Formats: sequence, C-alpha cells, structure tokens
Amino acid sequence: MSEFEMVVGLEVHVELKTRSKIFCSCPTRFGGDPNAHICEVCAGLPGALPRLNKKVLDYAIMTSLSLHCEVTKESRFDRKNYFYPDLPKGYQISQLYAPIGRNGYMDIDISDPAGSSAVKRIRIHELHMEDDAGKLIHDETGNRTMIDFSRCGVPLLEIVTEPDFRSPEEVVSFLTELRTMLKFIGVSDCKMQEGSLRADVNLSVRAAGDPVLGTRTEMKNLSSFRAVSKAIGYESARQWEIVRNGGTIDRETRRWDEEKEASFAMRKKEDAAEYKYFPEPDLPVLRITGEKIDELRCVLPELPQDRRKRYIEELHLPEYDAGILTANKEITVLFERTAEICGDPKEASNWIMVDLMKLLNDTGTLPEDLKIRGSSLGEIIVLVKDGKVSRASGKELLKAAFMEDAIPSEYADQHDLWLISDEKLLEEIVEKVLENNEKARNEYLAGKTKNFQFLLGQAMRETKGKADPGLLRKILEEKM
Amino acid sequence: MTSKLPDISNSETILSMNAVETARAIREQKVTSEEVVRRIFENIDERESIIHAYVSFWKEEALEKARECDKKVREYLERIGGQTGETSDVGMPENTGLPPLLGVPVAVKDNLLFSGKRTACGSKMLENYVPPYTATCVEKLEEAGAIIIGKTNMDEFGMGVSTENSYFGATSHPLDPDCVPGGSSGGSAAAVAAGEALAALGTDTGGSIRQPAAFCGLVGLRPTYGSVSRHGLVAFSSSMDTAGPITRGSVDAAVLFNIVKGRDPKDQTSASSPDIDISAMESYSVRGKRIAIPKQLSGVSDDASADGKKGPLFSHDVLNAVQTARAILEENGAVVEEIDMPVLEYAVPIYYILSSAEASSNLSRYDGIRYGYRDPEAKDLSELYTRTRSSGFGLEVKRRILLGNYVLSSEHFEDIYRKAEKARNLVKTAFDDAFSKYDLLLSPASPMTAPKKGENTDPLAAYCSDLCTVPSSLAGIPSISFPFGKSSEGLPIGLQLMGRRSGEQEILGAARFFEKLGKIAEEAES
Repeated sequence: MSEFEMVVGLEVHVELKTRSKIFCSCPTRFGGDPNAHICEVCAGLPGALPRLNKKVLDYAIMTSLSLHCEVTKESRFDRKNYFYPDLPKGYQISQLYAPIGRNGYMDIDISDPAGSSAVKRIRIHELHMEDDAGKLIHDETGNRTMIDFSRCGVPLLEIVTEPDFRSPEEVVSFLTELRTMLKFIGVSDCKMQEGSLRADVNLSVRAAGDPVLGTRTEMKNLSSFRAVSKAIGYESARQWEIVRNGGTIDRETRRWDEEKEASFAMRKKEDAAEYKYFPEPDLPVLRITGEKIDELRCVLPELPQDRRKRYIEELHLPEYDAGILTANKEITVLFERTAEICGDPKEASNWIMVDLMKLLNDTGTLPEDLKIRGSSLGEIIVLVKDGKVSRASGKELLKAAFMEDAIPSEYADQHDLWLISDEKLLEEIVEKVLENNEKARNEYLAGKTKNFQFLLGQAMRETKGKADPGLLRKILEEKM
Repeated sequence: MTSKLPDISNSETILSMNAVETARAIREQKVTSEEVVRRIFENIDERESIIHAYVSFWKEEALEKARECDKKVREYLERIGGQTGETSDVGMPENTGLPPLLGVPVAVKDNLLFSGKRTACGSKMLENYVPPYTATCVEKLEEAGAIIIGKTNMDEFGMGVSTENSYFGATSHPLDPDCVPGGSSGGSAAAVAAGEALAALGTDTGGSIRQPAAFCGLVGLRPTYGSVSRHGLVAFSSSMDTAGPITRGSVDAAVLFNIVKGRDPKDQTSASSPDIDISAMESYSVRGKRIAIPKQLSGVSDDASADGKKGPLFSHDVLNAVQTARAILEENGAVVEEIDMPVLEYAVPIYYILSSAEASSNLSRYDGIRYGYRDPEAKDLSELYTRTRSSGFGLEVKRRILLGNYVLSSEHFEDIYRKAEKARNLVKTAFDDAFSKYDLLLSPASPMTAPKKGENTDPLAAYCSDLCTVPSSLAGIPSISFPFGKSSEGLPIGLQLMGRRSGEQEILGAARFFEKLGKIAEEAES
C-alpha cells in the first residue's frame, strides 16, 4: 500500500478535422510555406470579424453527446485576453461562461493484470470550443524568432475532466478510450505526435486517506501516452518528496522534457496572466435546439463502449476479443461487415483475432491502412465453411486480400485453390487407391484401424490435396 | 453626345444640390460627374488648410473615375436612344439601368477600410497601415456608383467628441473655425458641411455620427445595430459600432442607408432590414403619432446636478428648440408627452464601462508585432509591447484601455462589468416599454451646440456630453439627428429622433417632415 495518493485531472485539447478553420474559410490542412494559409480573420487584421464554422459546432455537440454531457442550450463564446506574438488578435476566442458541453462522464477499464475486471467513471467537467494560435519558429543561426500564423484559427475542443484519476494507468486508459471514441465519431485524427491531441496534466498529492487536496501543478508538452505516464510518475514522486520533507508545493505550470525525463517550472501562478474574460461581442449566442441535438445524435455511430458491451452480451464473444475488435474504428468496421456477410460473428472474430492480427503484426501495418474489405473476409470464411477451399487456402486468400485487396473467388480461380467435390471423380480415385493398397485395406478390415488414415492420405495425395476432406472421408468409409 | 452637355454648369448650382439630386443631374447629363468632382476639389483646395476634414484624398484618381462614370452615362443613353429613364424626383433611380449614386463624390471616415488606401483611424499606431481589403459598406457605396474621394479625420479609434483627439491634428467647424465640428466623425461632418463632399459615411458607437452632424447642421443616421455590416469597420466597441450616413438631408440619408445596409455573411451580427420607401417618407404625416420626450435627455431634471451627480449642462437654445419642435408636432396633430426613464441617468457610466471593456480587447492587436507602429528602441518582447503601445496610442485611447482593463479584471468583473451588462438590459427594456406606447422618442442630439476648440479638457465632462446619444447605442435602436434652427451664436442645433429596432422608415419620415417645414419657412422668409 502506497503511503500517498495522487489526484489528477486532465485538460485535453483535440484538433478537429474540419476542412476549414473555426472562424474563416482558410484550409486547416496545410503544408508548404509558412503563412501561406491566412486571411484577414485568422491573421487578426483591423476590421476583420470571426464567423463560426457550423461544422465545428456540430462536432462539438457530437463529442458532448458521446461524453454524456448536457449540451448547453444557449452557448456562447468569450474572449480570453493576453499578449503573445503567436496570438494575432491579442485574445483567444474560447468559452468560459457557457461552454457547449457540461457534466459528462466516460467509463474506463481499470482491470488489473491479474485479471479481475473493473470499470471506473471519470467525470467530464466541461467541453468547449476555441481557436488555436500560431507557431513561433526560433531561428538559431539568425538569433531571431519568426511567426507562422497558418495554425491560427484551427478549431480545437478542450475537454476538462474532474480530478478523478488516481494513477498514470487510469489516465492512459482514459486517453486511449477517448482517442478511440473521437476517431470513431470522426471528429479528429487524434495524432498526439502531430499535436492533434494534447493533454495537460493537473496533479497534486496527499497522504493516503487525507480528504484535503494538495496544491496542484499543471504539466504541459506531453506528446505521447508514454510521456503522460512518465510525467505523472515523475511529478507525483517529486511532489511527495517535497511534502514528506515538510515543504510546500508551488502552484505553477511545468514543462515536461521528454529527453531528460523530468519536468521543469515554466511560470509561477502569480505571474500568470489575468485573462480578463468577457463575452465575445462579435459572435451571436448559439441557440441549440432539441431538434438539432436529436439530428446529431442520429448521425452518431454506436460508440465503442456500447459496441463492446453488445459483442459480449449478444454475440457471446470473449471480453478480450470484444475489446480488441472495438479498440479501433477500422477493425470494428471490418468485423461488423465480415460477420454480416458470413453470418457467423464467432468465426469472423476468430479470423480477425488470429489470422488478421498476425498479418498486421508481421507486416507492421496500422489498422488505419487496412486494405482488406469485410466482404472479402466474409466470403473467405464462407468458402472454408462450405468446403470450397481448404483452411490453408483460406489463409492464402486472406493474405492476398490483405496485401493487394484481391477478390477471393478470382484469386482461387487464378491459383487453382478450389477443392474437388465431384463425388464420381472422388469415388474413382478412392477405388484406385484401394486397388493399389490391398494389403493396407485388408489389415484395416482385420482391425488395424489406423490404416484408415494412411488410405485417406493416399487418396488425398492422389488429388494433390484438393479434395474436399469431409467428402473424401465419407466416400472412403463407404468403399471400405 | 458631349455636344448636348450641359445646361447646368454653374458651380453654385452644383453645390446647391444634395447627393441624390446630383446623381440625377449626372444621369440626365445636366452636369458631368467630372464637373462635380472638380468643383468639390476646388472647395477642398480652398478650405482644407483651415478645415482639415480629410486625412487623405486622391484628386486625379477621383477625376479619372468621374470620367468613367460620365462615359457610362453616355453609353447608356446611346443604348436606349437618348431618353433619360428617370422621372422620379427623389430616391432610387428605378428603371434607369444606372447605379443610384453614379458619379457622386463621397467621403469615408478613416476607420472604414478601403483597399490600398491608408486607414489610420486617427492614430499614430496605424499611421502607415494600408489594408488589403475593403469594408462591406464602402464596397456597397462603390457598387452604387459613388466615387470615394478621400478618408476623413476622426478622434483616434473613434474615442472622442470633438475630433481633437486625432494624431493628424484637429478638424475645424466649417461655420466657425474656432469651434470643433464634433466627433468622432468630425471629419466626415465637416467635409459635407464645407462642400468638400456631397455625402459621407461615418461611424457611431456612442453618438459619433449624430453629434457631429448636429454640430454641423447635417442629417446623421445611426442605423439599427447590425443593419449595416461591420466587416471592415475598425472595431472600437463591437456591440455598439455602426456605420451610417452623414448627409445634407434626410432623403440622401435614406438612399445611402438603402445602399449600405444588408446582411453580410462576413459579419454574423448583421441582419437584413426593410428598404426605406422614399415616397412614403415624403408623404409621412405626424397626425395621430404618439411621441415621447424622455425627461432624462432633455435637461429637465435639474436635481441631478443638485445632488452632486455630474450631468451635462443643456444650453437654453437647445432646450428651446425641443419645445419649439414639440409645439410644431402638436400643431400638426401629434400627441407629445414627457416620459420618465430613470435608468437613462446611468446610461453614460454603463456606456463607458462596456465600450471601454470591448475597446481594451479590440485594441490589443495593435502590439507592434505584425503591422502598424513599432517602437524602434525596444530590447525585448515585454518592452516591445509597452513601448509600442505607450507611444503609439494617444492619451484618450490609453485612458479607455486602462478603464477597460480595470472593469474586466477578475477583481472588478462581477461588480462593475456584469452590473453594467445587466443595467444595459434594463435600458433595452425601458425602450421596449416606451415603444409599446409611443411611435417615436424626441430629444436633443447634444446638450449644446459646437463648443470652442480646446475647451474640452475635462474627460468626464466630455463623457457626460454624450448623454443624449448613448441610450440608443446601448439599446441598438436606430436614431437620427437633424438640424433644427440655430443658436444665438449662429451655430446649428440638432435634434434627435429615436425609433424601434429596424424603425428607420419612421424616424426618417419624421426627420423629413421637419426638414420640409424648415424649407417652407425659409422660402416664406425670402
């Protein structure tokens, strides 16, 4: 039992994958030269006004619904005022007083490795929309700093949790689940390395059992789940070391250094800017109707957690399999389509869990890059079940479909994978084998039962392994 | 075709016409646009050294545009066989196929962007700023055929009541150069009054169209908030900024309003509003109308100064004008009543709290990083900000930024900003109540006529002089100031009419009614 407890909350920034920016029509996907994709709005020129991209609002509502939040009926934007060179307007357009979503939750899996399964509910404090800032580029050689405003106005959602986490594992489990969900509903790519998912960690420590919260620090620059986990471990240990020795924790913002695997103070809270929030007068109040919410609820796909539950309860899949099949949108889509085509969810699951996963591992392919279609895998399963191809040929078909999206029946034609199921032909073959192996046949009839396998093998060899094994066995039994 | 030109070439005739009449004369080839523009620039050359209405103008370019306009008229007339399509005296030239203000020289306040022309907002901060795009309302004026001939002087970022707070120097009153023309659209008002433009666009946050129009004997229309797009209007107070016309008469104001108004996808606070029917304006009658005079806006409550509250002093001439107007209305069959709107006593502090809060945020972008003035001495980022903003902004602007920061600070946000926000809603409710019983509200446009330059040294007194104009700004309702006689010193007096949201037709009609009475009186005198 640990002598202290950590209390952790998250502020997660998610970059929405809308085509245009939140308050203007500049593209969000950019490359090429710095400042190539800016206009008077995102560059904050005099006289420019923001105009809300409706898609951003839709995505924010969809995410709110997926996180079981109450959608605010009269939501609005507020200005967060501060000076920084990457912030061309001198304020960020965010939401403080009436954020789009409030009071939600997400359940996370906190099963321990020993196998006991458990679920924990993480409460979502709020969810709000805001615009991203630009990027400062430090030119070391010229000893100057330049600014790329192209990222200005890229839409962000900020998801703020309650301080409900007690371990780095819980945090990582939450982030994993959140990422799966956001990708599932199609609002974000959630690529942490590229910054489209950013998590800031608020953390404090206290003696185990102490009801009073300690002073918290905020940690930034966490660019992977591993960094999040490491940083939480480091920061909680650092704080506890101070507290245990009678010191006090400074309320400050800290920066995680991934190379040094340590965090460093960025700024004290008392230096923190006074943000002078006030309602954004350039944007009207967002009145969100019940119809609008219902409409968006209808386009939301079944969420991973609900799907997982259904797989276990209705399809009777093992929990482990259900977890794998719902951890990723592409795998889920493949599974559902496969099961639909072959009519056998259990078999569909087996093929994906065993054969497809092996192919993914062996080739280092990401699920996002899967080429194989559910219709192909479903067809393969049916062909194997119906004895049209052997299980081994089925695997070959899977590989072909996996590598080059081959159509199973065409591939079987081209590579002569069909099994022989012509009874007359098989009868002739069996008779020929029995004639040539009189001795073995007689021994079998005298009670040497294992000779049956030998004779079956001989017949199979005669067909070059292409006989429908069930049919061949039946014919051999009859002829004997 | 040129041989038919012109039967009016007398320059005084040119200056005697308002914008709409001039447009008609140009369409009918009674005068050329080139002649009009040339005459306007003669005036500019003659008077600008004293008046200083403009911060920039472009004569050759304007003349070039004027010749293009004249060519369009000629080509059009050739195409239709020489008949002028127009018969109507006023208003939009229906069926002429030519834009309504074709060839008319118009001035634009220097906080409305005009692509490629410096827009400085009266500030050192933007002394060299050239915008890459044009404000929607200016674009619409150009589409209507108007020739934008220059940018007019203003109090820095619209903050002021005299056009003395301009980095480019003060503007003088055209009737008495020792007096101020009002502000902040003082340059626009002075230009129109001095015959240096036929009409102008101004902007009005707390009275910046209406008060200078009143001082200069012109019509100034502050439209319903949102009826004219703010896209390209350099923001001062986003929830109250409006652009609108300053003109010689109410018909010009109506025509310009019809041109510049409309919902703009680039301004999500904008909305469409009904077209003004000019002939309905002409036939407007006050008979049976119910008109109220809010006593808080007409100097009646002398007790305000008695209990130590600072209030503006209303001049006797102005108060007399209100009573004269009242008598005229009653004679013509209107019911006029004085009403009590106690919340308006707080209108000035509410206005200065909210507008300064928004201004402090809107002016944050002037930081010396990307455009505009940058202090050359700054050694690091923090110095760059402080030095740039300390020397780039004028005193009044800095005062408002400080005030805005104060009311938005976490310490004061709830007890000052939020309270003012709630009080603003009470002002709106008070107007809703008033308009449930009355068609129009009448008040002075300003408690006094144009003061002398340099008199305005006490900022609080200047703020208080906005008493008459800030209430409709807070409520977002339309209001118009129109000339109504002169003071004993011979300076114009302006009265104000306020109407329901999108009630421009009503206030323009009533302003036209007074205007016609004035014309009749003038004619009787002569």
